[in-house]
Amino acid sequence: MNAPAYNFAYLDEQTKRMIRRAILKAIAIPGYQVPFASREMPMPYGWGTGGVQVTAAILGPEDVLKVIDQGSDDTTNAISIRKFFAKTAGVATTTATQDATVIQTRHRIPETSLHANQVLIYQVPIPEPLRFLEPRETETRRMHALAEYGLMHVKLYEDIARFGHIATAYAYPVKVNARYVMDPSPTPKFDNPKMDNCPALQLFGAGREKRIYAIPPYTQVVSLDFEDHPFEPYRFNAPCALCAAENSYLDEIVTDDKGGRMFVCSDTDYCEGRQAAGHHGSLSAAPYKEKAQERDHG
Amino acid sequence: MTTIAELPPGFADKVLSAQSTFRSVMDAMARPGSVRRIVPTSGAPHTMMRGTAAIALTLFDHDTPLWLDARMAESSDVVKWLKFHTGAPVVQDSSIASFALISDGGALPSLERFALGTSEYPDRSTTLILQVESLNGGRSFELRGPGIDGVATLQASIKPFDLFERLRVNETLFPRGIDVVLVADDAVVAIPRTTRVVNKGS
Repeated sequence: MNAPAYNFAYLDEQTKRMIRRAILKAIAIPGYQVPFASREMPMPYGWGTGGVQVTAAILGPEDVLKVIDQGSDDTTNAISIRKFFAKTAGVATTTATQDATVIQTRHRIPETSLHANQVLIYQVPIPEPLRFLEPRETETRRMHALAEYGLMHVKLYEDIARFGHIATAYAYPVKVNARYVMDPSPTPKFDNPKMDNCPALQLFGAGREKRIYAIPPYTQVVSLDFEDHPFEPYRFNAPCALCAAENSYLDEIVTDDKGGRMFVCSDTDYCEGRQAAGHHGSLSAAPYKEKAQERDHG
Repeated sequence: MTTIAELPPGFADKVLSAQSTFRSVMDAMARPGSVRRIVPTSGAPHTMMRGTAAIALTLFDHDTPLWLDARMAESSDVVKWLKFHTGAPVVQDSSIASFALISDGGALPSLERFALGTSEYPDRSTTLILQVESLNGGRSFELRGPGIDGVATLQASIKPFDLFERLRVNETLFPRGIDVVLVADDAVVAIPRTTRVVNKGS
């Protein structure tokens, strides 16, 4: 018995056909959530079972796969999914954004601009942007059918009434191709402008909620807002402490229990690339590495 | 009578051939008007082009009711081949079909006779797979819409001649509508329901 115990890219062929048909319809109706028969995957819900199924359905032996979790290639979720496909599909993996043909992501869009030969696959927890406003699926489905999105504007308006600005910072609703309001998954709203007119195909998979949706390349994606309260991406007002980037999305990292903290790029590949190119921030790791080398070499 | 042993074969490598074919179709759907090649080959019954056969082996199964046009349905080879390799049920009622295979575009029925989806479930619509003469020569068409950076130009020789005029129902029906996959030998072009076509003449 040397035969592998599972199919190429884990999923069986009937499941792949079903997912592939859903992907084609999702591309044909941008922003519409296509129901699909999501399978149990060898990982818990919330760990990217939807994204993994979409990746498994499109992945081929010539693909180069990158997986990120909140921008990082090095977190448990990203590493385990990358290893999962390296093992079940034998595909090449990379952490370099520009080298990847398929990028699976949880909650970030890479800082490096995507190109036309790439597919970006999002892991989505709650695909329905109206779900927290209207719990009934029958009702949200009718609201999408009628393009009745007033409730979402009321929600954004309530933000303004209470906080003076639109306080929604992630999973910020967008309108795709001037028709469907869509949840971009819990990406920071900083990333929303990257979805608009993107050269890469964007696919979204929600495993527990059993939905697949898509944004074709070069498609208009508009963040909802008001004329007097226009959409504004949010970013901590600081340079990256490691690579001094002024325009990347930053994570806040608490460094001690005395209020110390540092801001670093959430996109580790982007940050490492900038450091390799000679950019150094205020807390750059480079001097410590040099000190360590000096110590090692006497 | 053809026996099963005499039927043209399916893919030599089911898994990787289906993956490669799907990526071509997915890329075609994501970038309307662009011509994609289907590399894997399989056997194909007489009236079926090799691209159509590969798409059938990749996307059809017992969950996808098929509607065949008269020329396809008349060929017992096509029906047997589809039944043996995909298991997809062939239906007479085009309004419940997931896919429709059209080899004789001149006899394409009115698009309203296919499933157009519902406002709540616009995905429950028929995908037309239309075999055409050529996707690299013929009349020019200007295409706009999602997936296209500005304008795409398609040169194709298509029957029915008024296909794109007929597809204008997609403008008023959206999000309901018909998605079309054009096949010429091993070349595919997709025209999803969001694509708007302007006929540029010759």
